[in-house]
Amino acid sequence: MNALQDSLLELIRRTSTEIPDDVHHAILRSLEEEKKGTIAESAMKIIDQNIALAKNKSQPICQDTGSIIFYVDCPIGYVQMAFEEAAREAVKLATKKGYLRQNSVDSIIGKNDGTNLGPGSPTVHFHQHRSPDVTVRLVLKGGGCENVGAQYSLPNEKLKANRDLDGCRKAILDAVLQAQGKGCGPGILGVCIGGDRATGYEYSKQQLLRKLDDRNPNPELDKLELDIVETSNKLGIGPMGFGGKTTLLGTKIGVLNRLPASYFVSVSYMCWAYRRQGAALDGDGRIQKWLY
Amino acid sequence: MISLTTPISEEKIRALKVGDEIAITGTLFTGRDAVHKYLHEGGKLPSSVNLKDGILYHCGPVVIKDEQGNWKCVAAGPTTSIREEPYQWQVIRDFGLRGVIGKGGMGDKTLQACKENGCVYLHAIGGAAQVLAQCIKRVRNVHMMEQFGAPEAIWEFEVENFPAVITMDSHGGSLHKEVFAASQAELAKYL
Repeated sequence: MNALQDSLLELIRRTSTEIPDDVHHAILRSLEEEKKGTIAESAMKIIDQNIALAKNKSQPICQDTGSIIFYVDCPIGYVQMAFEEAAREAVKLATKKGYLRQNSVDSIIGKNDGTNLGPGSPTVHFHQHRSPDVTVRLVLKGGGCENVGAQYSLPNEKLKANRDLDGCRKAILDAVLQAQGKGCGPGILGVCIGGDRATGYEYSKQQLLRKLDDRNPNPELDKLELDIVETSNKLGIGPMGFGGKTTLLGTKIGVLNRLPASYFVSVSYMCWAYRRQGAALDGDGRIQKWLY
Repeated sequence: MISLTTPISEEKIRALKVGDEIAITGTLFTGRDAVHKYLHEGGKLPSSVNLKDGILYHCGPVVIKDEQGNWKCVAAGPTTSIREEPYQWQVIRDFGLRGVIGKGGMGDKTLQACKENGCVYLHAIGGAAQVLAQCIKRVRNVHMMEQFGAPEAIWEFEVENFPAVITMDSHGGSLHKEVFAASQAELAKYL
């Protein structure tokens, strides 16, 4: 096994079994805030126990180990095909070891060959930069939360949402209302304003690479991010939709240019089992440091 | 915390109401998307799968074989139940289920079937795959693995004190309907 493949296997193991610190802090805060003796508090307690157990046993936090999405930042001349080959081997091994569920199904004939390899699995996004560094980030996004994602085309008459930030706010809050507990709340939203139907969703997922405690450099978007979390947490949807104080742990909003004819708001919902990790690699593909 | 042991009588189920916290001991069969569609289309269950007075668990577990060749369940949280809404009422009625475990809740057809047949919907904690796998003491068997693949197969689990909350009872009560209506009304204040 080469060093890169070794590192990617370890990245998958860690992503699937350990919650990143920024998310864990937010979960602990929410456990504190839920009213004692409620089923919302019970749910948060079980979530907290589950995080500890998964780490100690080195087993998946959630059995739905999700879509496997790699984001690679690499220098000019980096051999992308070699990365993809190593990623596929690492995914196959991680599945054998039980870090990943046999989770990839032929959409037409319904066959699951148990390897997690096939068209679209894993997905790798490469981004070239001028620095010599190679960083790899991985998101494992489960189907339950993916299914409650939503895309709005503004204006939307039913929501009285126009083509402005207030319209975006209405669309995002509608997505929270419709999702209720089905995406395994408390959740985290990645949002993209603009783009086309494909790039909008893609960029909304990329927002999930941001740390929960960071702030948006754009003051208007920063205000909107905070407002979405605050308002959502007044709705009483709560953990798992049981009712309670924490509906969202965070919201991250990015923007792409749009066509004059289009105005999309794309919302990706991430469950509390926010599996996201990353590593900086050296020239041989060995892990130098963890990113989250 | 109320203890339930399978098989479960109708009387016990009728005594449960929304908000009750439950610990289940006994047998759970898993069944999710492929199984529900298959049963809805008239498919037959293997003779060793008996759902009468039992509980069906919407779950696609991670199960591996240990060194001795025995199945070991390493992760087993619930999957989203609403996808089974077109089929669930029929499966409750035809197979005599007393409980369905899943997450996210289900709709009116299932609620009505719970009322008519004496069944409840039990909400497990989504994503809590380790806490719930710990309650699985043994993997007794797996059915229809070839046909449906591991996550969609019918797994037969022996469980002890498996935690869940009643969010839909056999009297028409649904926490999901309540929370949706209340949160919708609340949201209107902030728009």
